[in-house]
Amino acid sequence: MMRISDSFRTAVAGITVHKNRSFLTILGIVIGITAIMAVMSIGQSAQELIVGQIQRFGPANVFVVPGRQPNGPNSAAGTILNDSLKEKDFKDLQKKENVPEAKAVVPYVFGYAAASFGSEIYDVMVIGSSEYVQKNFDLKVAEGRFFDVFETDQKARVAVIGNKVKEELFGSANPIGEKIKFKDQKFQIIGVLAAEGQGSFIDFNKAVIAPYTAVQQNVLGIKYFNRIIVEAESVEALPGVVRDIKTLLRNNHNIDDPEKDDFFIQTQESIADSVKTVTNILTVLLTAVAAISLIVGGVGIMNIMLVSVTERTREIGLRKALGATNGNILTQFLFEAVFLTAIGGVFGVIGGTLLTYLLAYVANKFAGLNFSYIFSVSGAIWGIAVSFVIGLVFGIFPARKAAKKSPIESLRFE
Amino acid sequence: MDLIRIEKLEKIYDNDGVATVALDGVDLKISEGEFVTIVGPSGSGKSTLMQILGCLDRPTGGKYFFEDKELQTYSDDELAKIRNEKIGFVFQAFNLLPRLSVLENVALPLMYRGISVKARHEKARELIHLVELDDRAGFQTSKLSGGQKQRVAIARALVNDPKIIFADEPTGNLDSKSGGAILQFLQELNDRGHTLVVVTHESYVAQAGSRTLHIIDGKINKDERVEKRRIVSKDGFLK
Repeated sequence: MMRISDSFRTAVAGITVHKNRSFLTILGIVIGITAIMAVMSIGQSAQELIVGQIQRFGPANVFVVPGRQPNGPNSAAGTILNDSLKEKDFKDLQKKENVPEAKAVVPYVFGYAAASFGSEIYDVMVIGSSEYVQKNFDLKVAEGRFFDVFETDQKARVAVIGNKVKEELFGSANPIGEKIKFKDQKFQIIGVLAAEGQGSFIDFNKAVIAPYTAVQQNVLGIKYFNRIIVEAESVEALPGVVRDIKTLLRNNHNIDDPEKDDFFIQTQESIADSVKTVTNILTVLLTAVAAISLIVGGVGIMNIMLVSVTERTREIGLRKALGATNGNILTQFLFEAVFLTAIGGVFGVIGGTLLTYLLAYVANKFAGLNFSYIFSVSGAIWGIAVSFVIGLVFGIFPARKAAKKSPIESLRFE
Repeated sequence: MDLIRIEKLEKIYDNDGVATVALDGVDLKISEGEFVTIVGPSGSGKSTLMQILGCLDRPTGGKYFFEDKELQTYSDDELAKIRNEKIGFVFQAFNLLPRLSVLENVALPLMYRGISVKARHEKARELIHLVELDDRAGFQTSKLSGGQKQRVAIARALVNDPKIIFADEPTGNLDSKSGGAILQFLQELNDRGHTLVVVTHESYVAQAGSRTLHIIDGKINKDERVEKRRIVSKDGFLK
């Protein structure tokens, strides 16, 4: 019985003979594994980034969203336009007896509008809410202050502006006390938010936040809410809070059949879950596309191995004459194929790691995204394992062809 | 005991439906210690006979006994084992692996027997010494002369302590001087008790053995015992 270490050595010697050819042969595998590694790592990073943003909402927050629960890509847009959440709903939700385990109820309206100061105009996202939104989204004020509960009640036309808004409209001048205009409605600036990284659902840098009452009446001209955020006392209290909200709103909207709800409930967890589902699907799809290049690479390996078997017919004949069994020859060529693909896999993992690192760096440095670099261990293990399997699958046919050669015909081969 | 015994051995090649008879009922016995040369015109079947005797090919009819064992039913792997353990080959074209060193080439048959690198290199060194190539052991075989290559091939053929050595035109690719040296070497092996079968079309090679088989049209035409074997000198001439 030939030793496994000798099979190993023979295979290594076989592929190092044609270094250039071996390199070109494994290139397909390298590219394929690199692509898979990169897709998996980026998928993981993107998921982490988005889920991290969602977690900013706080785990005990319940989002009441108007409209039907979206169940497809087309229905999502409809929820924005829905006007089912009215002032009465908000007031009723605030009543302790209706939702006893609610700590805070935060109204939320938003829309896009052009803000102007003097001759400067800038398109911003106008967010109307109560003073509690600051806590809710953990917003830091860099200059001035946030508006308070009285200003919310009084429909005060005061605003806190994002860092970018300040830059665009005021440059380096102090905006506190100045008035910005939405069409002919003036809002006095009382605070500026600290700059923050991009990548969240809401870019607070480009936002203007004001009491919801003033935003509803003076900017957006609506009498409903885009969201009502109910903060439960604890995560444990969430199910009770959700149940109470549903009961109250169905009562207010005269709904008997839960199927006909004109609102739906999201929690941090449910949003994170749906985001994970989406990113996972995307990752799987992109990985599948990248996997096609691996198949192409595998066919390349098979092609070269077939050429190699033909080229080395005399060698095969000689080895058989000296006592190599069919199994020895099969092992030799199969090892060569697996070796090639495994080396390709290792380089692919290295390439994928470098590429992901580079992309994360570029995303952080130039796009301002808070994109963390994640080395995908599962991606690396999969990459190398898959390259092994590719070697086996695409190497077996040429190896069997080599093993089946008759010794004397191979020795006669010119 | 006969080392080799064949009875009514036949080999018919089928070339696209056209049958070519290469061996036509050959009977032959070879005993241990013999130096058999096989001569005959090209196409006579002498190489085919050697390939079947060397377990590289299978007959299409007749019986082949190696050490009194019938090989007809042996599998490919069992025949590989016999080649590995009992038979040494020397080819006209040397058939060395060009990218391996002299040492690795000589040790190659032992690799297929599962012998450790250290042990097989040790054994190979002994034989490299025997063929007087000690200073070339680490060379790639592509850097050797023809005569040196054939000596490496002989060392390789001996490394597994074979029962019999088959040589197919061992001097065919060599000049007369190198060829003479190889032939002299084969005679020395025979003197030490090795059994040899050499296929040749060169008369001086044929006369170097102890027995000559003349093959014509797939049959043994003449089986000649050489009473007094001709000795080959270093420069390739018979004394």
